[in-house]
Formats: sequence, structure tokens, C-alpha cells
Amino acid sequence: MEDLIISVLKRALIAGTPLLLGTLGEITAERSGILNLGVEGMMSLGAISGFMVTFATGNPYLGLAVSVLAGAAFSLIHSFVSVTLKANQVVSGLALTMTGLGVSGMLGKSYIGRPLSVKMMPVELPLLHRIPFAGEVLFSQDIYFYLSIILGVILWFVLRHTKAGIAVRSVGENPKAAESQGIRVSAVRYACVAVGGAFAGMAGSHISIAYSKSWIEGITVGRGWIVIALTIFAMWNPLRAFYGAFLFGGIFVLQYILQPLGISPNLLAMLPYVTTLGILVLYGIGRDAQRRMHAPAMLGEAYHKDER
Amino acid sequence: MKKITGLEMAGISKSFGEVSANRNISLSVSSGEVLGLLGENGAGKTTLMNILYGLYRPDKGTIRINGNPVAIRSPRDSIRAGIGMIHQHFMLVQNHTVLENLILGYDQAPMVLPHRYMRVRVAEFEKKYGIHIDPDKQVWELSAGEQQKVEILKALLREADLLIMDEPTSVLTPQEADDLYRVIRRMKDEGHSVILISHKLDEIMSICTRVTVLRKGETVGQAEVSAVDKAELARMMIGREVMFSFKKTPREPGDVVLEVRDLHVISDRNVPAVRGVSFSIHKNEIFGIAGVSGNGQREMVEAITGLRKAKSGDIVLEGSSIVNESARVVNSRGVTHVPEERIKFGIVPNLLIYENAVLKQHTMSPFSRVMFLDYDSIRDHAMELVDRFQVSAPSIHVPTKNLSGGNIQKLIIAREIHRKPALLVASHPTYGLDVGATEYIRSQLLIRRDEGGAVLLVSEDLEELFEVCDRIAVMFKGQIMGILSPGDRDIEDIGLMMTGSIGTDTPKEQGE
Amino acid sequence: MNRYRINIQRRHIVTPFESAGVFTGSILAGFAAIGVLFLLKGVNPFQAFYKIFAGSFFSVYGIKETITKAIPLILIASGLTVVFRSKFWNIGAESQLLMGAVFTGWVGLNLGPVLPGPVLVPAMILAGFLGGAIWALPPAYLKVRFGINEVISTLMFNYIAAEIVKYLVVGPWKGETQHGYPYTDDLPAHGILAQLPGSRIHFVTLILAVIAALVLWYLLFRTRFGYEVRVIGENHEAAKYAGIGFTRTTLLMMAVSGGVAGIAGFGELAGIHYHLTYPDAISGGYGFTAIIVAWLAKLNPLFVIFAGLFFAGIVVGGDAIQISFGLPAATVQVFNGVLLIFLIMGDYFLHHRVRIEKTAKNLGDV
Repeated sequence: MEDLIISVLKRALIAGTPLLLGTLGEITAERSGILNLGVEGMMSLGAISGFMVTFATGNPYLGLAVSVLAGAAFSLIHSFVSVTLKANQVVSGLALTMTGLGVSGMLGKSYIGRPLSVKMMPVELPLLHRIPFAGEVLFSQDIYFYLSIILGVILWFVLRHTKAGIAVRSVGENPKAAESQGIRVSAVRYACVAVGGAFAGMAGSHISIAYSKSWIEGITVGRGWIVIALTIFAMWNPLRAFYGAFLFGGIFVLQYILQPLGISPNLLAMLPYVTTLGILVLYGIGRDAQRRMHAPAMLGEAYHKDER
Repeated sequence: MKKITGLEMAGISKSFGEVSANRNISLSVSSGEVLGLLGENGAGKTTLMNILYGLYRPDKGTIRINGNPVAIRSPRDSIRAGIGMIHQHFMLVQNHTVLENLILGYDQAPMVLPHRYMRVRVAEFEKKYGIHIDPDKQVWELSAGEQQKVEILKALLREADLLIMDEPTSVLTPQEADDLYRVIRRMKDEGHSVILISHKLDEIMSICTRVTVLRKGETVGQAEVSAVDKAELARMMIGREVMFSFKKTPREPGDVVLEVRDLHVISDRNVPAVRGVSFSIHKNEIFGIAGVSGNGQREMVEAITGLRKAKSGDIVLEGSSIVNESARVVNSRGVTHVPEERIKFGIVPNLLIYENAVLKQHTMSPFSRVMFLDYDSIRDHAMELVDRFQVSAPSIHVPTKNLSGGNIQKLIIAREIHRKPALLVASHPTYGLDVGATEYIRSQLLIRRDEGGAVLLVSEDLEELFEVCDRIAVMFKGQIMGILSPGDRDIEDIGLMMTGSIGTDTPKEQGE
Repeated sequence: MNRYRINIQRRHIVTPFESAGVFTGSILAGFAAIGVLFLLKGVNPFQAFYKIFAGSFFSVYGIKETITKAIPLILIASGLTVVFRSKFWNIGAESQLLMGAVFTGWVGLNLGPVLPGPVLVPAMILAGFLGGAIWALPPAYLKVRFGINEVISTLMFNYIAAEIVKYLVVGPWKGETQHGYPYTDDLPAHGILAQLPGSRIHFVTLILAVIAALVLWYLLFRTRFGYEVRVIGENHEAAKYAGIGFTRTTLLMMAVSGGVAGIAGFGELAGIHYHLTYPDAISGGYGFTAIIVAWLAKLNPLFVIFAGLFFAGIVVGGDAIQISFGLPAATVQVFNGVLLIFLIMGDYFLHHRVRIEKTAKNLGDV
């Protein structure tokens, strides 16, 4: 019984890792006022680029690094269209998703059905992994898991307790005020979107390199969209993103646990999507008081500098 | 050591698209001086100062500090050069604390954990300048006067030697304004220089040492304040001899049109915004609401026009209650509304002029039959409005955003007034308009009054209220502090009411 | 030292000529970008583009297939123009089509034996419309009631609908005559739409698609409802001020948008497949491609007819190059995404005049 619980928790954390990474990225972008609906596309591109590099070099860490760069580079399209050209962020994000899915499909065609021969090995943290129960669940994970936790805490600290973080939040709340204090609004937004892209790329490569260890078209199965819901659920706070992401990881794992009970796998496959809607509804019920206080005030609005 | 002992702007020009906002403007200011920058709305004062502050880049011209040309490409450059600016609309992040607002862009604060350092600095400055604000409060919790203090603190912390203030008293009560003048004088004495943007002659006369007057984007005069009088300045600013004044014919108020009884309304932030307001408006009457904005005027107007639910109380129009009816029902009962922030609420910028000419009336005959729109009659109607109300537009087939602010407002007034509504609610109808449009709109309100209409006019412009209103109520923190008629003309009293210093806690209908 | 700077100014008046120029420019730039991707993939872009248009427009077979695929695109995209005009981003047309097909299938299979042909087909059309509309309403309600972002909710509904369809075709609705394939039984013969001889063009749906585009144009530009939809989209605050019922309008327009997508589902089922099967086979990305069709048509239902044919050509041609160049099905999505990016970029250049200017030489001039 304990083995089962350990295995379930461990898998929930693994399944939650890409969600957490993606959510941290989207929080960064949205805090600066840019809504990026291209997460699914950026993840997908991260997944294929990381996979290709790992496949070619046999080094999953190199794959991870490349997926981060690929995600960040790809996100520049969104920054250019929505920050520089001030176009509608919803449409731009959708276009980014379509392009990302399309390009990664094109790149990945020849890799379908060819699993990786190398694995990303779990890293057992010295001493800590010997702690009964927690050691096995928390401290014998792969590097993605540790990175996501560390980066989450760092992101929280930066946003809350540094000058750079105050600048980012101000740009999302009131870009004009930020600019009047000498902050370069566009530069901050480009940077935040790029960080968001890097996180999404990393999330994608986790799915292809560490989770499924193979490539199929549409490998992200909507995780990029769940991330956007989790960002709202987290109220744009990196620490709150932890709960949401790992709760969802648990739901992904639940599908496999419930399957032997004779429930249709198709109905179980709906669970994450139904839960996403449910969470948004729960959140929406209390929205008037809460959301206004937490959502960046200028989220999704282009900043027109020279116009009157 | 002062960074700025003398600053000069020479030959500055700037245009936005086809509109030229500044043409070859020059001015100078030196240490210990308070320069007034006087001009009507739209004269180009704010544009000029935004150029000096690095928010806009001029098309032509030179800026010199202490005689040396400088390139100011961004606020960062100007801050470094020792220039600070307090904008008319405060540049503060509402959802952040005072401390976080002060940290934003502040070079000396450490990159990591800047709060602690900043707290110490703020304490020092508070002592030095006698400005007290709770650094942990969120900005939205502060009054306008307190927010302005945060702005001043921000500039002082950045060691600004030249402080630009854009219409600093427009959001203040007379008493708060006096406070501000004291701070300005103290800064002057310490060798700072100040550029004060204003269109208020009294303000310029009482606080400035020199004045530069702008009209339609050009410099029309410069003078020592001691060497000119108000009339002369007014002539320079307006460009003609007299300021307008209306021949307001006295009218006997008729029957009650609107009666508001003990109205309570909750704001977006879920706090009581209107707390027990009662008054009534009659036929042939313009009823003014004075007060610093943010004291419940907006919420009250929204409740009367059906845009917001009332928590309790009653709103009675011509004998029947309209409280908590939808905006459409209220409108069909004969209440029309000229909203504040005209471009945000009053029109749809990308729709054509004729489409905007029926906004809110698009469900009414003859524009709508069953569910189909009759575009012929809509266009005819739009033509009529544009002609009759002197809206200058190239054609009714262009997007409404192509019109100037004044013409957009004329279009809205035309749309709301042509139906001869029982009650016209107008919020800040002349805010930011040029003299001509302002004059025209005020005259339209008076015409409506003389025709037998009732008008509710919300304004922050006391002169406007005194000019057109028959009675004026002063609102403070969601309550009416008193109702007076312009005959009393006691600005000092109104000022005290606006700060809540005079008035009753349970205001009753007065002046009936 | 000469310095250059980019001078950007807003253009308020745009002539039709400029508009057409920028539009053509963005499409060409989009194709150029796609060409670069093809090059990187080792495919000659000129050959590929030629092949695409040869496959879709230069042969009788290609034209017939193009028209066939344009049917669902025109239906869905003209519905999307309505909701997109109000800035409601319905990304769920894919599943609204699916639900239209499910409802159509249920009526066809269950009422088919009782109803005669002239009654059955209209009943199936109605069912298709209802299926799409019913599936489109919850996201609309969630938006107006709880402020839930419709992009997320409509997408979640896509995934949920896909699983429902899979569940039906392998489970309770699995056909008895289909040799174990995950299909429902075929529709009865009198519920199957006639095709133009020698093609797969189910002309009943084609006519419905053209009518839908015309009716929706009228709805959008000549009725009170359309006016209100456009006011909401252009200025939400002004809509509130004008007393426009946000809830009613949003629900109604989503019912329309979902409904016509549902009719597309009817067409695919009764005109092409004859039975319900896996979601990928039934909808195959029409819901997403229609987004770009609507955008290409500048959110005008009349232009949707042409934009729909154009993109149907790319879909058909896309199939052709998949076979010749070994490209994956995702290629069409590349077209969708890249052309959409360039179209929205084009909007910017349409409304702004961008010039590179030499600035004056000395520093003091700022």
C-alpha cells in the first residue's frame, strides 16, 4: 500500500512538473501585462527541439538546454507582434500556437515511433533521499523537478523582493507610470515573454525527454492551455502555482489508477479538462473581490506610448 | 550642488500625425524660479513638458541645461539630469504600496531587498519636508492630495532640481491647494526651480515669478508676473478681448423631475461610495454636483442612469421609481446621459459617425423596426445632428475616432439632447475641451434648461458650476455636505465643504 | 555622422487601394516565410507551392475536392465572423462541428427508420444546428456569468467533445454492421445527401453554406443584433452605457456561431462519412482553419466565401504535397499559423505609416 502511494505521488509530481514550468513562464509574461496564448505551441516546439537534440547527441541535458533556447526564441514572434506592433494578443497567441504545433509536426515527422535510447536519470539528493517516504517521493526525482521547484521559488523572490520584480509588476499594472520612472516598458515585456517562452520550452522537453521519451504529433495534449488556467488559479503567484500544477499532475495520474476499475478510458481522459473548467468556475464565483486585486491591471492591453 | 541652475528650451516643435501640438516654442527657467506655463486646454503645455521629461521626442528644437545642449531621449535621461515631473494623472501604480512606488526606477535602492533601504530613506525625507504618508498603504487607499504627496516625494528622492507640475491643483480642494503652495514656496527658497502648468490665472498670479503663455501650440508671451495683470494674461491666453459670460435668465423652477431619496451605492471596490444622498431637481433647473472626484459622484450618476445597482434608497423620475431599472429602461423613460471620459464610454471610436449617432437609441423608432435597422433614417438623423449642433466632420461616413475631442463631445451632446429628455445627466462635459467647444456645450445645457428640461451637471470646474447652475450640491465621501445657490458665491465655504469641514453628517434636503 | 530613426505615424484614413496592397503584401510575406520553412526541411518551396495550387485549383478533381472542403470552412468561418466581431474568441468550432455531427447521427440513426426522406434531412439539419449551438452555449455562459476566458473554455470543450465522440464510437453507439471498426452504423439511405455526379460535393450543404454567409452578413450589418455585437466588440464600456444586454447578446451569437458549425458537422456526416467515427476523421482541423479563414475575410461573412475556397485549396493541396514530399499533416497548421501572424502584422502597417528617416546631425537637436 505504501509503495502504491509513493509511486502515485511520485508520478503526480512528474506529471505536474511541465505544468508547473509552463505556469511559471506564463506568470512571468502576464505579470508584465502580456497574455501569451501560445504556450501550447512553444511547449510543442520545446518538446521536439529537445527531443531532436537528445536523439542526435544522446545527451538529455543538452536537449533540455536547447529546448529552453528554442522556446525563448520562438516567443519573440509574440513579443514582436503584440509589443512592438501592438496587435491583439489573443489572436497573436493563437497564431503562435498553430505555428508551433505545425512546425514541430513538420520537424518531428521522421521521429515518430523512434523512442529515445537514453533516459534522464533520477538524481538522488545526498542524504535527503534516505528520508523515509519523503526521500523517495521528493528527493529521487530528475533534474526537471528540482529545477522547477528552485526556479519557482526564485521567481517568487524576484517578483516580490527585488527592484526588477517591482519593475515587472509595475509594467503590468501601469506601464505609463513605469515609463515615467525610466523603465523601458517594451524591453521589460520582451524579456518577460522570452522568459515565459524559455519556461514553456523546458516544459515541452520534459514531456518528450523525461516523461514519454518519444515523439508523437500533438504530444502536449492541451497542457499549454491548462497552464493558462493554472496561471489564473495561482493568482499570478509562483508559490500558489505549486499547488495547482501538482494537483493537476495528480489528476493526470488518476486516469491510470482508475482505469483498472472499469471506467471508460475516454471518460477518464476528460478529467483534466473538466477539472480545469471546474477550477475556473470556483475561482470565478469569488472573482469580483479577488481577481481585481491580483490580475495585472493592464493584462492583454497594448501600451501606446506616443498616442493621445 | 545643484545639477540645474538654468534650463532652456529653444525652437521646440512636435506634431502628432497631421496635428501640430508645438510650433517653435521657447522658454527658460533658472534656479529659485517658479515659471508658470499658462494656456487653455489643448494649447500644447503638457506636450511641451512631456518633451522636456523625455516622454515624447520633439521633431525639432534644442534643450540646454546650464548652457550645454543635452539629449533627453527618455524619462531616465531627464531624471538623471535632475528633472522631475508630477503628471496631472498621477503616475502611480494603484495596486502597489507607497514604498513599492517609490522604489520603482530608483537607482540608489539595492537590487535585492530594496524595501528595507527605502523605508529608511523615506523616513529621512518625511522629516526633512514634513510630508507624512504611511509607506505600507496601497496607493488606491490614499486621497488625491496624499497621492500627490507621494509624487512629490518621488521627485525629491530623485534629487530633482527642476520640478514640472501639470495642473497640480485640479484634483485638490482649495485647502489642499494652499498646502501645496507652501511646499512649492519652500522648494523655491531652497533653490529648486518649478514649472507650473496651469490655466488658472489666480494660481499663476499668486505663486509664480514668471509666466510663459502658450496658445494653439505657439508661444504668445512671456512676462514677469509682477509686471502683468490678470486681464492681460487672459487676453494672451484666449486671444481675444473678453472671456465669455452667459446671460442666464432667471427661471422659476417647475415641477419636480427627479427625486433621489437616501441613496446608497457600493463601489467597484465593494465599499460604500454613496452614503445616503437625497436631493431633487426641477423643470427649468440645472443642478450641479461639486466635489473632488472620487467622492461618489461617478457611482451616484451610474445609479441614476441605470448603470449600477443601488444598495438602498429610491430614485423617482416624474412620479415613478426607476431605481435599479436597466440603463435601457431608464433611457426610454427620458433620462439621457453625457458620460465622463467621452471616448471610453460615450462613443465607439471605430464605428462610423452615423452609427454612433444612434448609440443607445438604436432600439427606438424610427431607427429600428422590429429587429432590423433602418439605415436611411439613421443617416438622415446623423446629418441633422451634425448640421444642427455644429459638429465639424468631413462626412458622416468616417470612423468617429477621426473627429477632434470637441467634436466628439458635440456629437454626444447632440445625440443626448435632441430628444429633449426630461432629465439630462452630464458628467464633466467640458473636461479637456477648447474654449469654443466649452462655450458651446455650456450654452446647450442652458438652452435645455430654458426649454423646460432638468439637468444634473457633475463637474470639478467650480467656475463652470457657478456659471450655469441654479443650485449646487457639494459631495464629500459619498454624502452631500450642503446645497447652495451660486448667488452665495462663497468659494471658501465650498472649499471647506469639499473637504468635509463644514456640513452635516445626515444631510437633509436644503434650499427648497 | 548620420543617424537613422524609424518614424511611425498613425494613419487615420486608409484608401481601399492601400488596404488591398497591404493585404496582398502580407499574404506574399507569409508565403515567403513558409517557403523558408520548406527550404529548411529540404523541400523546394516553389515546387511545393506549385504542387499545392496544382493539386487544388488546376485540375477538375482538385476543384471538386476544394469545393467539398470549402463547405465546412465557409459555414464555420461565417459563424466565427459574428463572434470575433464582438471580440469573443470562439476556438471551439472544432467540437461544435463534432457535436453537430453527433446530434445529426442520433437523429439519422434513431428517427431514420420512422421518418421519410423529405422530413428526415431537415430534421438532421436542425439537429446539427442544435448540437453545435448547445455545445457553444456553456462557454458563453461561463464567460458572462463567471468571467471565464472563452479561449480556455472553448478549447477544454474541444478536448471533452473529442473524448465523448471516441467513447460513443467504441462504446454504446458502436455499429453492428461495421466489422469491429470504431464506427456507428451508416445512416439510412434516405438520410444521405446526394453528391454532384463524379464528385463528393454534397450540394445541399454547399447551398446552406452560401445562404449562411449571406444571412450572417445581413445579420451583422443590417440588424439591431449585429449592431450590438459590433458595439460590444469595439467598446465594451460604451455597450454597457448604451444598455446593450451583454448576456443575451453573447449567448445568442454563440448559439448562432456554434449552430452553423453544427450544420457543418451535419454536412460532413450526411454528405461524406455517413457514420460517426473518430473525431480526427470527422473534423480534421476545420475549426482551427476556419479561424484564419474568418481573419482572411476581414471578419466579413461575404468575403468568407472566397477566403473559404482559398483555404480549402491549401488544405487539398496540402494533402497533395504530403504525399509527394513526405510532409506531415501538420503542414496545414503551419499555413494557418504563419499566414495569421502575417495578416495581423499587416493590420499594423495598414494603420501606421512607417518610414526610416535620416535625423539631423548634431547632438543638441535631441
